[in-house]
Amino acid sequence: MRFLPTAEQREFARTLDGMLGASGTPAVARAWAAGEQKPGRELWARLAATGLFALAVPERYGGSGLLPVELALSFVELGRHAVPGPPAETVAAAAFLERLGEAGAAEVWLPRIAAGEAVVSLCAGGPYALDADAADAVFVIEGGTVRRAEAHGRVQPSLDPTRRLARPLGGGVLAEGPAVTSAAAHAVEIARLVTAAQCLGLGRALLAATVSHVRQRTQFQVAIGSFQAVKHRLADTLIGLEFAQPLVYAAALAVAEGAPSAGREVAAAKVAAGEAGCAAARTALQLHGALGYTDEPDLSLWIRKARPLRDAWGTPADCRARVLAG
Amino acid sequence: MDLDIAPADEAFRAEARDWLAAHVPAVPLPSLETAEGFAAHREWERQLAADRWSVVSWPREHGGRDASLLRWLLFEEEYYAAGAPGRVGQNGIHLLAPTLFEHGTDEQRARVLGPMARGEAVWAQAWSEPESGSDLASLRSTAVRTDGGWLLNGQKTWSSRAAFADRAFGLFRSDPDAARPHQGLSYLMFPLDAPGVTVRPLGRLDGKPAFAELFLDDVFVPDADLIGAPGQGWRVAMSTAGNERGLTLRSPGRFTAAAGRLAALWHEMGGTAGTALGERVADALIGARAYQLFGYAQVSRLGAGGAVGAESSLTKVFWSELDLALHETALDLLGPYGALADGADEAPAHGSWADGYTFSLAGPIYAGTNEIQRDLIAERLLGLPKGRR
Repeated sequence: MRFLPTAEQREFARTLDGMLGASGTPAVARAWAAGEQKPGRELWARLAATGLFALAVPERYGGSGLLPVELALSFVELGRHAVPGPPAETVAAAAFLERLGEAGAAEVWLPRIAAGEAVVSLCAGGPYALDADAADAVFVIEGGTVRRAEAHGRVQPSLDPTRRLARPLGGGVLAEGPAVTSAAAHAVEIARLVTAAQCLGLGRALLAATVSHVRQRTQFQVAIGSFQAVKHRLADTLIGLEFAQPLVYAAALAVAEGAPSAGREVAAAKVAAGEAGCAAARTALQLHGALGYTDEPDLSLWIRKARPLRDAWGTPADCRARVLAG
Repeated sequence: MDLDIAPADEAFRAEARDWLAAHVPAVPLPSLETAEGFAAHREWERQLAADRWSVVSWPREHGGRDASLLRWLLFEEEYYAAGAPGRVGQNGIHLLAPTLFEHGTDEQRARVLGPMARGEAVWAQAWSEPESGSDLASLRSTAVRTDGGWLLNGQKTWSSRAAFADRAFGLFRSDPDAARPHQGLSYLMFPLDAPGVTVRPLGRLDGKPAFAELFLDDVFVPDADLIGAPGQGWRVAMSTAGNERGLTLRSPGRFTAAAGRLAALWHEMGGTAGTALGERVADALIGARAYQLFGYAQVSRLGAGGAVGAESSLTKVFWSELDLALHETALDLLGPYGALADGADEAPAHGSWADGYTFSLAGPIYAGTNEIQRDLIAERLLGLPKGRR
């Protein structure tokens, strides 16, 4: 047993972190929120160049095989840098199409996803598709059917402006039956896993920013980080994240092995990471004070993501029920 | 990255499981915080030791199995899953023994560890004093040099199970003129029945009498019972204090077993998902799993050459709050029965939840209060400046 990322896995995450850090993701996110997709598509291409999307695609379609552990580690970095767009939905769509057993759709989309040429959204169970206006394809799963949407409704203002939500409209049924249901369950598991990973990365970024802030910010002639009330809040934030992390790793391993416990493990990881990310956002806001409540500092991008990500692909209530179901 | 247990480790786990299945008493032993229960638990320690299960991680020469930390974790999972009794020897095994392994002499190890492993000598911790709890460095009990040893004077208190234990270990001020309060302390062992020692039992919150305060009046301790060098007591004590907070005092197995029992209770009582209580049961399961996995990660880090440092403060806060939440949830589930304590003749089979609840109330206090642990986390892991407490 070696329950730690390998040197290669750590190196891959470090590479992503470095690339994203140099890519000015806050500006990309702000442009994305304004409906301006060019910087986002450029970032998407850089992500694809690291091999990120190939991690969700089998080798026969130009990928490196579905690698949930590497995906989870990567999405921690995407969360850390508040990357906008539907990367979680795209990798989930890849998992869906691969599992569906409809060679046609897989042959069309999987090589393009792996190469970073396709931005794909997936809508399963909810009314809204994420980034339908930017996606090259939106797959909609309802009951036992899947269709490819032809259009979308108006983009609705949302809690996180970088998450652009719209109703998918129209489109003929591509496939139906138990194969759809089973592939959809698999896709939701992948989406839930990588969303949990994003929550973890988001929380890590918020904690780091807040620690740095409270070391510098002085009130009453001392750094506010020397106040016990401030310290304890940050200590609790760290505890939340530190104990969510192994749940995310274990969930990724369970998915990779196709373990019967995978659904439960992923749900547990999503609850813990989602709540830890949200708590980190609340702490960041509180300890930045009114600075944290203003839109101009980039911190706001991270703060506004925390709650929607916590609820995406399975609210805490849904996930806790899944844990109880055993 | 993997969570695969090697076949040899699985075999070890299976051996432990089989032994426990054959030996765990069918009827739970009386509480180890009572005189009767203490004796019964001492006998259980002897049984464990007879088949080398009392201190699996120790070297074989001292009665252990040279088990790796991973095997110890697996053993503990099996131990608590089997509903085996609490460990009356835990203060010695988890606090004094690591200190002796690191700082003791061969003679001390040879003399102390065997009887400890067999439950023949049960040890109590004598650190706290009436004016020294979290601020341990302020302690005032003294050790004064005398012919061939030391004379101890002063008062120790809140010493768990000292009412029934055989021996104690603690810190004493041996150099009152030292420049800083942390300096000039010495780490000494002494028998609780030595001339000059008065043990006064203190009732605990649950009314059980195993807490005690100790009055020391010119108690002679030979040089052989000093651990480490004179004046180095703080360094000696702190180098192993992490054991008390981290995994070894409250192993994940304890919580995975308790969370499993809680979930079973919830199902038995016809619990419904989506309710507030259901959510808390789910959170207990998630928390226990998180702690278990954190333990596996810690074992892996140690295996890769890492060291456990301030992260023991993370585990301390986590397990103590998990324990409390878990037991509070159980009492809420039990409703009117939750108020019935251990020993009530109308308590359902779950009467032990009340006992566990009271014990969990102490978790955020002992082994360094959670307030102090949060300070340590903030200062040592997050790099925040020291400030006024």
